[in-house]
Amino acid sequence: MKILVAVKRVIDYNVKIRVKPDNSDVDLTNVKMAMNPFCEIAVEEAVRLKERGVASEVVAVTVGPKAAQEQLRTALALGADRAIHVETEAKVESLAVAKLLAKVVEAEQPQLVILGKQAIDTDNNQTGQMLAALTGLPQGTFASAVKVDGDKLQVTREIDGGLQTVDLSLPAIVTTDLRLNEPRYAKLPDIMKAKKKPLDTQTPEALGVEVASKVTLLKVEPPAERQGGIKVGSVDELVDKLKNEAKVL
Amino acid sequence: MSILILADHHEGQLGAATAHVVAAAQQITNASGGAIDVLVVGENVAAVAEAAAQLDGVTRVRVADHAVYAHQLAEQLGALLAALADDYSHVLSSASTTGKNVLPRLAALKDVSQLSDIIGVESADTFQRPIYAGNAIATVQSADPLKVITVRTSAFDAVAESGSAAIEAVDIVVENALSAFVGEELAQSERPELGAAKVVISGGRGMGSGENFKLLEGIADKLGAAIGASRAAVDAGFVPNDMQVGQTGKIVAPELYIAVGISGAIQHLAGMKDSKVIVAINKDEDAPIFQVADYGLVGDLFEVLPELESKL
Repeated sequence: MKILVAVKRVIDYNVKIRVKPDNSDVDLTNVKMAMNPFCEIAVEEAVRLKERGVASEVVAVTVGPKAAQEQLRTALALGADRAIHVETEAKVESLAVAKLLAKVVEAEQPQLVILGKQAIDTDNNQTGQMLAALTGLPQGTFASAVKVDGDKLQVTREIDGGLQTVDLSLPAIVTTDLRLNEPRYAKLPDIMKAKKKPLDTQTPEALGVEVASKVTLLKVEPPAERQGGIKVGSVDELVDKLKNEAKVL
Repeated sequence: MSILILADHHEGQLGAATAHVVAAAQQITNASGGAIDVLVVGENVAAVAEAAAQLDGVTRVRVADHAVYAHQLAEQLGALLAALADDYSHVLSSASTTGKNVLPRLAALKDVSQLSDIIGVESADTFQRPIYAGNAIATVQSADPLKVITVRTSAFDAVAESGSAAIEAVDIVVENALSAFVGEELAQSERPELGAAKVVISGGRGMGSGENFKLLEGIADKLGAAIGASRAAVDAGFVPNDMQVGQTGKIVAPELYIAVGISGAIQHLAGMKDSKVIVAINKDEDAPIFQVADYGLVGDLFEVLPELESKL
């Protein structure tokens, strides 16, 4: 089985973001970038399926600027066999990313596509579902467990209030939730080896996908600051404040 | 202009979220008027439709009641919505796991973008939504002919229930050979749902163990509160993921939020900082949670919690 795993270059999750003074966007100059955490989980799951002998090949794909090659090299160091870079400096939204990935799916014919459930920059949580719709494939979103059983895939999903399990016919699309696995760190020899693994570059134009979106970002603002309150000295004082000042008890 | 809302429901009951989504829809139609329809999809959902018909501002409830929709699988709901969407300018749902599962599928089928998790309506085509875990608020304008939108319910007050909209059947049946429901494991609890609770008490890594979450239960019972957790507590294996409050978990905005043994990572604050009153209990007086708390109590939670329970 061939697995395609999609990754995204985003701001490192430990970095506190700044909004640009002109409110046009978030300032990403000289900010540490990394692979989106949910994508790390996607790569890990694909690599584990290969280590268990379920998958025969893991192909990593990204849509993004030249620098996004770093995240593909990371995926290769973590165990992907080869990589595809759909290179564009344009800001590409979920729908266009899904269209580009659909083209890659058409060319590669993977049995399973794994993506993170959301990227921690735009927090959209859309691309996997859109890819499933465009390719006409079933989807197992927010997965906390994945089991391949012949030509079926059993996915346990994190839903409001608990877990849901669905059977999907393969090929299928899976998006990862936090509890699916705990990603490994790349070892130095693997990072060296990753530099020699094949990385193929494509463009949206060559794939015949228009990346322009009908959604315009008008402005970006910092959220309203919440003012810190007071410290209370005892449980009695806390209960009194909640009853008589905040009136929430 | 007219709006279609996908209703949330579970075990024969209309979800509380839908009344909030109707409120968001009213803000969209306010400017220029227009109908607000609610779509209920499921099996044996007549009672859900009745409840939806009572929501103020709803013009019509459309009901697709059929065994094939019993588990609200995305493959079918996406196709059903796509078949109905041409009559509407907007399709909305709450940002529940069902809404998030289905609406992007609809958007892709109609070749339009989706706006996730809106928290404000500026006009029929311009909306506010949080990005970067709520550390920035984006204002976005959509020129798509159909706007597909999920709504963060905590940002809109629920509409009242004094209406009586017409109920009509939808007889489109979408078969599905791609996916099948196997089972469901829902947390059984007498307590309110995290997203809908007026009071939430959450524990973090400072709780020390899953066993110690019992210390929160007595207080939760007295306050009618839901129990939540930080990602650190979930990652440490104290409690299951569905209790997680934060960027990647539930976003809550109750009247009262009590954070116990939670340091206040950005990730967690993103999920609760819109609560009306925040209480923090932590032994580290420099914990960042105190910067957003209305009332902070520095102390050992193993002493504070039993005392708090006894004094409520």
